Amino acid sequence: MTGTPEVPLRVRIDLAARRRVRVDRPLREIEEQTLVGEVLVQGLIRAQLAVALRLSAVVALLLGGLPLLFALVPALARVEVLGLRLPWLLLGVLAYPFLFAVAWVHIRQVERNEQDLTDFVDGSA
Amino acid sequence: MTGSPYALPAIVLVSVLTLVIGAYGVRFARTTSDFLVASRTVSPGWNASAISGEYLSAASFLGVAGLVMKFGADVLWYPVGFTAGYLAMLLYVAAPLRRSGAFTLPDFAEARLGSRRLRLLCAGFVVLIGWLYLVPQLRGAGLTLGTVTGAPYWLGAVVVGVVVTANVATGGMRSITFVQAFQYWLKLTAIAVPAFFLLLVWRSGGVASLTAAEPPAFADRTAVAIQIDVRVTVSEALTMTAVGQVDGRAVDGPVRWTVGPHEVGAGSVLTFAAGTPVPHADQLDALGNDSWAAPLSSGGGHPDYPMFATYSLILATFLGTMGLPHVLVRFYTNPDGRGARRTTLVVLALLGVFYLFPTIYGALGRLYTPQLLLTGQTDAAVLLLPGAAIGGLGGQLLGALVAAGAFAAFLSTSSGLLVSVAGVLSTDVVRAGSVQAFRTAAAVAGVVPLLLALQVVALDVSVVVGLAFAVAASTFCPLLVLGIWWRGLTDVGAGAGLLAGGVLSSGAVLVTVLGGPREGWFGALLAQPAAVTVPLAFAVMILASRATRSRIPTDIGRIMVLLHAPESLGLRHR
Repeated sequence: MTGTPEVPLRVRIDLAARRRVRVDRPLREIEEQTLVGEVLVQGLIRAQLAVALRLSAVVALLLGGLPLLFALVPALARVEVLGLRLPWLLLGVLAYPFLFAVAWVHIRQVERNEQDLTDFVDGSA
Repeated sequence: MTGSPYALPAIVLVSVLTLVIGAYGVRFARTTSDFLVASRTVSPGWNASAISGEYLSAASFLGVAGLVMKFGADVLWYPVGFTAGYLAMLLYVAAPLRRSGAFTLPDFAEARLGSRRLRLLCAGFVVLIGWLYLVPQLRGAGLTLGTVTGAPYWLGAVVVGVVVTANVATGGMRSITFVQAFQYWLKLTAIAVPAFFLLLVWRSGGVASLTAAEPPAFADRTAVAIQIDVRVTVSEALTMTAVGQVDGRAVDGPVRWTVGPHEVGAGSVLTFAAGTPVPHADQLDALGNDSWAAPLSSGGGHPDYPMFATYSLILATFLGTMGLPHVLVRFYTNPDGRGARRTTLVVLALLGVFYLFPTIYGALGRLYTPQLLLTGQTDAAVLLLPGAAIGGLGGQLLGALVAAGAFAAFLSTSSGLLVSVAGVLSTDVVRAGSVQAFRTAAAVAGVVPLLLALQVVALDVSVVVGLAFAVAASTFCPLLVLGIWWRGLTDVGAGAGLLAGGVLSSGAVLVTVLGGPREGWFGALLAQPAAVTVPLAFAVMILASRATRSRIPTDIGRIMVLLHAPESLGLRHR
């Protein structure tokens, strides 16, 4: 499900390498919904999906790994921190600021990607 | 029962306020567009409060505490998953969905894949999930009214059903946005303030251990009124005083219970001496407090397969939120994709604050209301704790506050679900976009789950809601994620995946809801199907799409631009 493997790609423009790409008047071309416009957005989609998958992996590892961790090291489940047992502290309290922090990082990264694309289009117009 | 005398006035006040705020909104709702989507003029702050207010249902307000009380550490994944669902929504769905311009899931399916039949299939699953989610709300309402006033179960369900249906049919969504935002802050206050006092009482009482080796015991001499027939398991021989039907005989006086199962008839009153270990309702293992506090001990009701049950629950809740009909609709009222992201971030904060509290009730419930482990009705813990632990006028007022909060939870979630189900019924099934059609659809959408709720067997509110999440995660999650990120999705592939995931997960759910929980490996699978049905739905959707490659929409490139291009590029015309 990652990326877009099946439809034959015409040109691939990588956002990271965008400064080396020569595109004439891309703003007008995007507005006309030409091939170049679609390819530009396709680069954005790859970048955004990469951000989402990376952060999903972080959550899967740090949060999703907890049941496994407690199963492998049962002693951890009886450790008390601040008067609370570790599973209760982690799942009952700390999970929430953690989820918020991941969301905050995500928004920063995807909006930077969008801004990069907008700047690129404006800059070349 | 042991409810507060102020609870009923508080409940009436909340219901009337909801209707009044709804009526205030009606004056602004003039066109069909206003009616359904608040004309897209809702600011992110209001919108996030409204989403949270709508989302925090009976399952969150009562159910989470009830499950924590029964099952301990393993069910902490319910509130974490209910919150994390919004992170998944943010990562994969929020902005592209808003940019797609789709208002409902059927809208999205048709815009992305251009198939009317797929649209109808989606409409069917929206209605199914909506009803599945509405039933436990109405059941919670019946339980609450019964607990605080002694009214029969059906009355609370009917009251909430009628208030909500009337409100939705007359006000639509514009008014609902105000109502929902108000409901979030009411619910937060109603759960946080009593929790603060409960903690004070617990600390001043010498901080009784919540994690000692023994199972819970009655702190004082306690009379327990049995409302429905119950089988209990006694783990240590005990003597109590009983009036009513015990083990098939009419009794009035002392009864000695040996180790093993015993039966108590509805209407009986059992009185236990202080220090007696609490006999547990039959489906519950009498967990010592020490193992209650440890993860992977109960598996949330599946002690033999705790790891499978835990991960399946994680999958259902993390991925199910994005497929809930009443959640998606709210994203349309954001001004643009960036607004949708901002709103989601605020929602994560609001939910995170709220979910700190139900756990406190669940843990303290084992100390102050252990009789609920005998009756099995732990969903009532939040309602009964203030009166049991604090007592006096203070306890009664706080009890009234939580009862009001619980009612706010039923009203808000049911309203949101009803708007979505009625919207889908009126646009996709009746296919008339008029205000009148919406009103009729709202009435139909409200009556069906009400009839179901009146029949429902004794199941925990949160468990049934968890099942609705499992169906959503097995159907709309793959449709949204693949539809937004994968160009290769076809209408046939999407339909095949929806059917595979939807039929299997809802089949499992129906067997569990109608037939009650089952034993063993198969029972665990039926009660927590997501670990199997979600990957299956993804796999079927991908394979069937690959097999029908020729059906990829010809304008897929343009659709992808529409979904993903930021508004700042300036090509937002459809």
